[in-house]
Amino acid sequence: MITKRIIPCLDVKDGRVVKGVQFVELRDAGDPVELAKFYDEEGADELVFLDISASHEGRKTMIEVVEQTAAQLAIPFTVGGGINSLEDMKAILRAGADKVSVNTAALLTPHLISEGALYFGSQCIVTAIDAKYDEELGSFRVYTHGGRKPTKWEAVAWAKEAVKRGTGEILLTSMDQDGAKTGFDLELTRRISEAVSVPVIASGGAGNADHFYDAFTEGKADAALAASIFHYKETSVKEVKSQLKGRGVNMR
Amino acid sequence: MIGIIDYGMGNIFSVKKALERMEIPYFVSGIREDLVEADGYILPGVGAFKDAMQNLHADSLADFIKAEAAKGKPILGICLGMQLLFDESEENGRTKGLGLLKGKVGKLPTKIPDGRQKVPHMGWNELNVQNESFLLTGLDGQHAYFVHSFYVRADRPQTVLASASYGVEVPAVVGSGNVYGTQFHPEKSSTAGLAILKRFAEKVKEGANA
Repeated sequence: MITKRIIPCLDVKDGRVVKGVQFVELRDAGDPVELAKFYDEEGADELVFLDISASHEGRKTMIEVVEQTAAQLAIPFTVGGGINSLEDMKAILRAGADKVSVNTAALLTPHLISEGALYFGSQCIVTAIDAKYDEELGSFRVYTHGGRKPTKWEAVAWAKEAVKRGTGEILLTSMDQDGAKTGFDLELTRRISEAVSVPVIASGGAGNADHFYDAFTEGKADAALAASIFHYKETSVKEVKSQLKGRGVNMR
Repeated sequence: MIGIIDYGMGNIFSVKKALERMEIPYFVSGIREDLVEADGYILPGVGAFKDAMQNLHADSLADFIKAEAAKGKPILGICLGMQLLFDESEENGRTKGLGLLKGKVGKLPTKIPDGRQKVPHMGWNELNVQNESFLLTGLDGQHAYFVHSFYVRADRPQTVLASASYGVEVPAVVGSGNVYGTQFHPEKSSTAGLAILKRFAEKVKEGANA
């Protein structure tokens, strides 16, 4: 039986992990490679690096981080943030990432997904969707630019379009729940997960192990991602996995 | 020494790094005159079966691999590289494979007895050991990381050393004689995957010393 995946997410800026991370046992809690190793040892099934560097230099540094991480990790990892072209994808994948995640650029130029899937294979291309409930639409609307700009896309329709274009996975973030720690958006997650034929990673809102349980059962997610609750040690990957196993969820 | 066969299909970075970390000597080449020096081979691969076979033929590597296998050198195919070891694939029309192992490659079912399942089969799945092998000692029930949409239907059950359940029993580790393959990525499959790579490397070394 395939297991549900728990995925810590690290925000990296100019080669350093930002958003405080409380790991006293690490030599350097700001070092993405050290943190990646830590999460690997804790049983993380996969990792996501989100590059939030604004400068060209910052992006170049990210390539080095990817190389160093790939040299140390024996679990898959995805890199997202600022990937705008096939060249960007190539650079990240060549450096040793297993997948790249596209968001704004894919909405602006959807053929980026198709091209990426054709060149590197669908399994490498993750489409990240930031969605928020919209009264007017009566459903969830997709946003770009880190949630700042609304698009014309309804979330399910965009997810289906991304799959049609060859994305191998969807990283779905609920903007309503993000940071609230009151649980994943189960309605949004279930809608997308039921509509597409590729795995869906739920993101936004994780506060405790129960929330992961709900995302996997009611939300029908294949994987769930969290950042701060792991970084601030409110819980750990190990603890979440052990609780979920206890409740009958198949975990590695 | 292990020769990693480079024929332009996919990411060999992580395999290289995994070998380096375990201090296993290797070299990478797509040229048969260089590769012939190796004591054993890793055939990696991500992408489409047809493109892969075309590349192997274009580089005169298909016949080379068969000849090296016939000499008894150990070969390990990874992911698509494992599928290439079999007779043929139905991916994008029929394509002949290397034919070192008996069986065909087909699409994973999306319809299963209790509903539907997602394809690609992506994520960690449990290894069910089917036939004893030095590659798998102590690894029954361990998890490995899979990403694939096609799977092997082996003609001979004894070729399937371990399987993983995903609607069907997906051959996860195959082997016959000196030819082996893993459907999953051992270099991305944490301790179990690294153990398999290491054991394969030891086999290559034994052959070199024999």
